[in-house]
Amino acid sequence: MKILTANRLTDGEAVWFAADGTWAETIAGAEIVSDKDGEARLEAIGKAAYDNNEVVDVNLIDVTVVAGAIQPLRLREVIRAAGPTNRLDLGKQARPVDAAA
Amino acid sequence: MYRYDEFDHDFVKARVAEFSDQVERRLAGEITEDQFRPLRLMNGVYLQLHAYMLRIAVPYGTLNSKQLRMLGHIARKYDKGYGHFTTRQNIQFNWPALSDIPAILADLASVEMHAIQTSGNCIRNVTADHFAGAAADEVADPRPYAEILRQWSSVHPEFSYLPRKFKIAVTGAERDRAAIQTHDIGLHLKKNDKGELGFAVYIGGGQGRTPMVGKKIRDFLPEEHLLSYTTAILRVYNLYGRRDNKYKARIKILVHETGVDEIARQVEAEWQALKDGELKLPDADVAAIQSYFAPPALAARPEGDEAVKLARLDSKSFGEWLDQNVFTHRNPDYAAVTISLKGIGEAPGDASDSQMEAVADLAEKYGFDEIRVSHEQNLILPHVARADLRAVYDTLVEHELATANSNLISDIIACPGLDYCALANARSISVAQDISRRFASLERQRDIGELKLKISGCINACGHHHVGHIGILGVEKKGAELYQVTLGGSADELTSVGEIIGRGFGPEEITDAIETIVDTYLQVRRDASEKFLDAYRRVGPAPFKEALYASEAKAA
Repeated sequence: MKILTANRLTDGEAVWFAADGTWAETIAGAEIVSDKDGEARLEAIGKAAYDNNEVVDVNLIDVTVVAGAIQPLRLREVIRAAGPTNRLDLGKQARPVDAAA
Repeated sequence: MYRYDEFDHDFVKARVAEFSDQVERRLAGEITEDQFRPLRLMNGVYLQLHAYMLRIAVPYGTLNSKQLRMLGHIARKYDKGYGHFTTRQNIQFNWPALSDIPAILADLASVEMHAIQTSGNCIRNVTADHFAGAAADEVADPRPYAEILRQWSSVHPEFSYLPRKFKIAVTGAERDRAAIQTHDIGLHLKKNDKGELGFAVYIGGGQGRTPMVGKKIRDFLPEEHLLSYTTAILRVYNLYGRRDNKYKARIKILVHETGVDEIARQVEAEWQALKDGELKLPDADVAAIQSYFAPPALAARPEGDEAVKLARLDSKSFGEWLDQNVFTHRNPDYAAVTISLKGIGEAPGDASDSQMEAVADLAEKYGFDEIRVSHEQNLILPHVARADLRAVYDTLVEHELATANSNLISDIIACPGLDYCALANARSISVAQDISRRFASLERQRDIGELKLKISGCINACGHHHVGHIGILGVEKKGAELYQVTLGGSADELTSVGEIIGRGFGPEEITDAIETIVDTYLQVRRDASEKFLDAYRRVGPAPFKEALYASEAKAA
């Protein structure tokens, strides 16, 4: 399973391509694909957003779903989705739960 | 300290205007990321995991209170209330919006600071001994020469597109506190028999994936030849350094592959053609730069001895701080103070906006307006009257900056690692925090004595792990963090690269492994006066391997 992630051009905020067609600031609503066609479609969306100067550093990343929540496989992506592990007051993890949902 | 002249002001202002325009064009979509990336890197702007990162130059680690206050202001206004001091004596902000960077650079320019050449394949911020101008063991202040190199290397047309980045460090004392032998060029300022100033010149040192100790190619280069000789080295490197492979592009590889004697011969030949030309430094120019670094007028403060004696009797913790964090000044009434940015369990090198302002206030009130950033990621007040030490200490306590751990095991160098860095493979900060907490007892740390522990979250070695007495390198193995331990490294005048001790440790094992290493040292040392590094050099790795791995060898 894969999802599409990038950093927003204007402020560098980590974002994920969501099922509603927007770039979301949290991983929760990211659109998951699980076949080559889906990956190709997300890649094309990422390339278009990059070319359109919306986002930079666009990547498809591997994820799994645990108890309904998207979980990246690599620690790097877990940290991107949450924030620095030494500063729980910073990054996505510091947001009010409602906003993260 | 150095003050910008009209040229410097105009130059930095013009650069801010140029980059502001580039940012605007990027945000408007007029230039692509591929076009913009090299431009932003030239101005110290990286993209990290969570946001952009801005790396600001602190030339040879010297700041005044106004500048440090501005860094605090930037932390508060544009970032998240803190900054990270780095092993190149610079500062990084981890969360700036690209759209705010022009405003940040304008604020920096107003206090004679910038982010130029903090990235890219150019000559980076020149570093120097953080006790420069203050240390009792110094022959001369190395900073005027670092400043001459800074002026010469800033947007140098010939050396702005080198095969790879290029780092220069200068020290003015026999005891090397600037790690010069781990640099592309290391300069040791010294005097010859006639009392003239000059440099021992080392080239080809470096860390990263191929650690090398610098080789001395000249024992005494007269000071007037600083730029001609440096130019000769850079020309040879620029011509022959490899551009086909990023990992083999540093001068250390050229020196290693060509042989130091042959490189020295080529440098000498190039220098012969240059040495009496326009790069020869006129005495008047050297003197003019030196005048910017004239030591402050230090009034006699003989009451310091008595004041320190009484304060020590009054407070055990002040006495410990005095023993650990106060360094001998060339003037016996004064001292240099290390302000630890390594509170127990804290991220090494991080300082909050209010801490920066508190240190700026202290520098203004008690420290002749001078602050230094050390490559060990601490702040220094280089000139404090001993009579004022107690007042300084009390203020530091209020701001949680009085940890008395300079040169002890919790005075850890650590790169940002995977908590921030896009290049990292493993976390560094969390490992530093765990080790710091494990060894929280100051009594225990002082019993262990001098121990330099350095952690990098990837092979690029920003955390200097190769030259840690104990070095820790984080790698990614099968998707998990793994920490490799090296022992016996050092970055002083007897620089050595640490040796890998054996298989790596998982994140939950690494602190135990470090404790085992420390306990083994305590068992093998002759007595408390034999430091970790000396004991390791005497007994070698065997007892440490035995302690770390013997049980699993038997089990197998």
